[in-house]
Amino acid sequence: MSRDTYTEFVNTSVGKRLTKALGLPQPARLRRHRPGEAVVRGPVVVVGTSSASDEIAALLLGWGLDVRRHVEPRERVSAVIACFDAVTTPADLSETVLGLGRVLKQVGPSGRVITLYRRPETAVDPAVRAARKGVEGLTRSVAHEMRAGATANGLILAEDLDVAAPSVAGGLRFLLSGRSAFVSGQLLTVDSVNGTLPQDWDRPLQGQVAVVTGAARGIGASIAEVLHRDGARIIAVDVPAAGEQLAATANRVAGTALQLDITAEDAGERILSHARQHHGRLDIVVHNAGITRDKLLGNMDAGRWDSVIAVNIEAQLRMNRALLADELFNRPEGSSGPRIVSLASTSGIAGNRGQTNYAASKAGVIGMVAATSAQLEARHGTINAVAPGFIETEMTARMPFATREVARRLNSLNQGGRPVDVAESVAYLASPAAGGTSGLTLRVCGQNLIGA
Amino acid sequence: MTTPDLTRPDRTREAVIIGGNRIPFARAHGAYASASNQDMLTSALNGLVARFGLQGQRLGSVAGGAVMKHSKNFNLMRESLLGTPLDPATPATDVQMACATGMEAIGSLADKIRLGRIESAVGAGVDSISDAPIVVTDELRGILMEVNRAKTPGQRLKALTKIRPGHLAPQAPGVNEPRTGMSMGEHMAVTAHAWGIGRQEQDELALASHQNLAAAYDDGFFDDLVTPFQGVQRDTNLRPDSSLEKLGRLAPAFGRDLGEEATMTAANSTALTDGASAVLLGSEEYADAHDLPKLATFVDYEQAAVDFVDGAEGLLMAPAYAAARMLTRNGLTLEDFEYFEIHEAFASTVLAQIAAWEDEDFCREKLGLDAPLGRVDRSRLNLHGSSLAAGHPFAATGGRIVATLAKMLHGKPGKLGFISVCAAGGQGVTAILEGR
Repeated sequence: MSRDTYTEFVNTSVGKRLTKALGLPQPARLRRHRPGEAVVRGPVVVVGTSSASDEIAALLLGWGLDVRRHVEPRERVSAVIACFDAVTTPADLSETVLGLGRVLKQVGPSGRVITLYRRPETAVDPAVRAARKGVEGLTRSVAHEMRAGATANGLILAEDLDVAAPSVAGGLRFLLSGRSAFVSGQLLTVDSVNGTLPQDWDRPLQGQVAVVTGAARGIGASIAEVLHRDGARIIAVDVPAAGEQLAATANRVAGTALQLDITAEDAGERILSHARQHHGRLDIVVHNAGITRDKLLGNMDAGRWDSVIAVNIEAQLRMNRALLADELFNRPEGSSGPRIVSLASTSGIAGNRGQTNYAASKAGVIGMVAATSAQLEARHGTINAVAPGFIETEMTARMPFATREVARRLNSLNQGGRPVDVAESVAYLASPAAGGTSGLTLRVCGQNLIGA
Repeated sequence: MTTPDLTRPDRTREAVIIGGNRIPFARAHGAYASASNQDMLTSALNGLVARFGLQGQRLGSVAGGAVMKHSKNFNLMRESLLGTPLDPATPATDVQMACATGMEAIGSLADKIRLGRIESAVGAGVDSISDAPIVVTDELRGILMEVNRAKTPGQRLKALTKIRPGHLAPQAPGVNEPRTGMSMGEHMAVTAHAWGIGRQEQDELALASHQNLAAAYDDGFFDDLVTPFQGVQRDTNLRPDSSLEKLGRLAPAFGRDLGEEATMTAANSTALTDGASAVLLGSEEYADAHDLPKLATFVDYEQAAVDFVDGAEGLLMAPAYAAARMLTRNGLTLEDFEYFEIHEAFASTVLAQIAAWEDEDFCREKLGLDAPLGRVDRSRLNLHGSSLAAGHPFAATGGRIVATLAKMLHGKPGKLGFISVCAAGGQGVTAILEGR
């Protein structure tokens, strides 16, 4: 992993004074999740007057948080939840958004702003849809205004969804916690009442079995570690050539190593048979394995194009067909079923010079996830994607210095994310509590401006 | 007073091969030149632990060893296992039977499981030519011991002044037989000549070994048997592009005093190699309780030794005798086996053993049998390559063969596999596995 020496310097007393005087970016040390720690430290303010806002306040009180409807001037708050769920015209935004504005300066380091509203796309009335869509715009702009590692995100509820649905609580808790440290300016949707809340919020994956492809190093190894920390047993998969690091990952997380080329015709079957033999069950599949073969399109050859498509998307499609056809991956427990999480990329959203093959494969993942969610619905399963932005890995450490420095600063948090930030979002989407969210691609990019 | 249950030790049960792991084997003084026996063995064990999720488990026993072993590695197996995530309450034993070290370790562990003494075990082996121990001359050792005993700086200095340049020549370990002063290759050349083993058939066997091993790698056969080490992904001795013409051009390396009749070259003799392997065994109950596969049953094994010193028998012919006793005991013939894994110390070793088992006189006079032991079907021999292609890190060869054969037999219940491994000192081990 590359070292972000600038962020280290800014976070010294001399560095802070100097960089402030020069008007340079001020990347903060982000608060990250540690098991056993409180969701947030300090008061949480709920603004808005809808009945949903009362229910949200009651939910937070149930978690033992210091919930406020009003705060004293200059008092530090850790989070603000702004409920826009009842807006029917753009004029309705005013009261709640100005209420949010009044406390915004009191949000502390690594604080959270979460807007809550109903899905715009299902509103037929132009005024209603305008009001709801307006929340999206204001949320993304608030995210740009946040300072000191604080973030702003939206939680979108389906039209008639009860606020008491498990995934509303799950999504809120994820966005409030240090698990979402590098998620900002993003919109998390809750579509259904599916999902179950964990007995222990620190062990949401207790007793589950998860496959992680590309687990030998980097983001994949981090995903294996976070899923293990959350209670899952891990099947770590990577190509035979990466077997030595794969064994190290598997031993670190007390899991099993499966050396496997995911482009093999029978890769899905081999994963299923390993899971059946060694663990007797399979609950979570994380398609993390991926490759880059960057080249401008004018210089692209078939080898580069085809290998990226084969590994990054074709293999996932083939494995999903095998997984979804098998009884082992088809056992809803209560109202929570199998989980698939795929790694997309902001390249697949915004495109990137020299990455037509990679962007095609990753945009393909986004499309695949959206289309596959219907197949999982009947078994209370979900499939989602996580799209990382600039993450400090061995891969980005090889970028030229200037390109890397620019890529790091071009987001609202003025820094690169860490593999663990991607892993936390994967772990959330893989958890029983996220059962109401499916077909979504969640960016973990610090609100990156481009598709790095 | 309660009486001990004397029926218990007689109630033997099955010992099963669960799986194996090895690091790719590398030619001596090559990729693993800076790795020690302990490094390689620890890596092979770590890969095994990761493959089967054994972290934190207390196994019944870990046994194995190395042939070329530093005196500081007196507790090699125990020290290596302490570098893995296995429960440190797992006991370990060092074993040594030259090239049959791995086989002897696995066989005796299987016996312990069959007797109910332990439920699970790892049999392992490692060898490094690149990190071989170097022995100092007896004169220098005497002086150094004297320095060690010295009580004053004066005495120490006085002892040190006795060192002469001639004392400093290191005594590199050889692979020569101590009692004959002949290398293993020279011994084998004598045997090969006596049995009339030709150059062409040796080269063909060597070529098949390379082609079979390369094909097995390409088919992914080793994906769950081999874990890379220090960036090496395949055995470095492997020459997939070899041909009979290329092999035919090589000059003889052993038995040169036979002149025109010398047949053994560097290509049909196995190169010195570094590497390590490990095999996981258990009772059926252990495998079931831990959701582990049961690839094959370890049916039986037999040791043998021959008097090679005065030339009464070939140095590497002991497995011929072991096989005869083992098959007779089990009421089997060579025709009863689905697969044969005969360690290719030299191509001529394999061919001489096969010839001996087919030879009526030899079987009657030397093995005490009424008829030849039988024919080894060549289409069932070393189907995924053997030592000529993979290399032969002495003690690691047993683990390689057992894991490979067990995987071949998996899914073929009742089919039998035959193993033969020769060893220095005129020794050898044979074994029988049965598919599940």
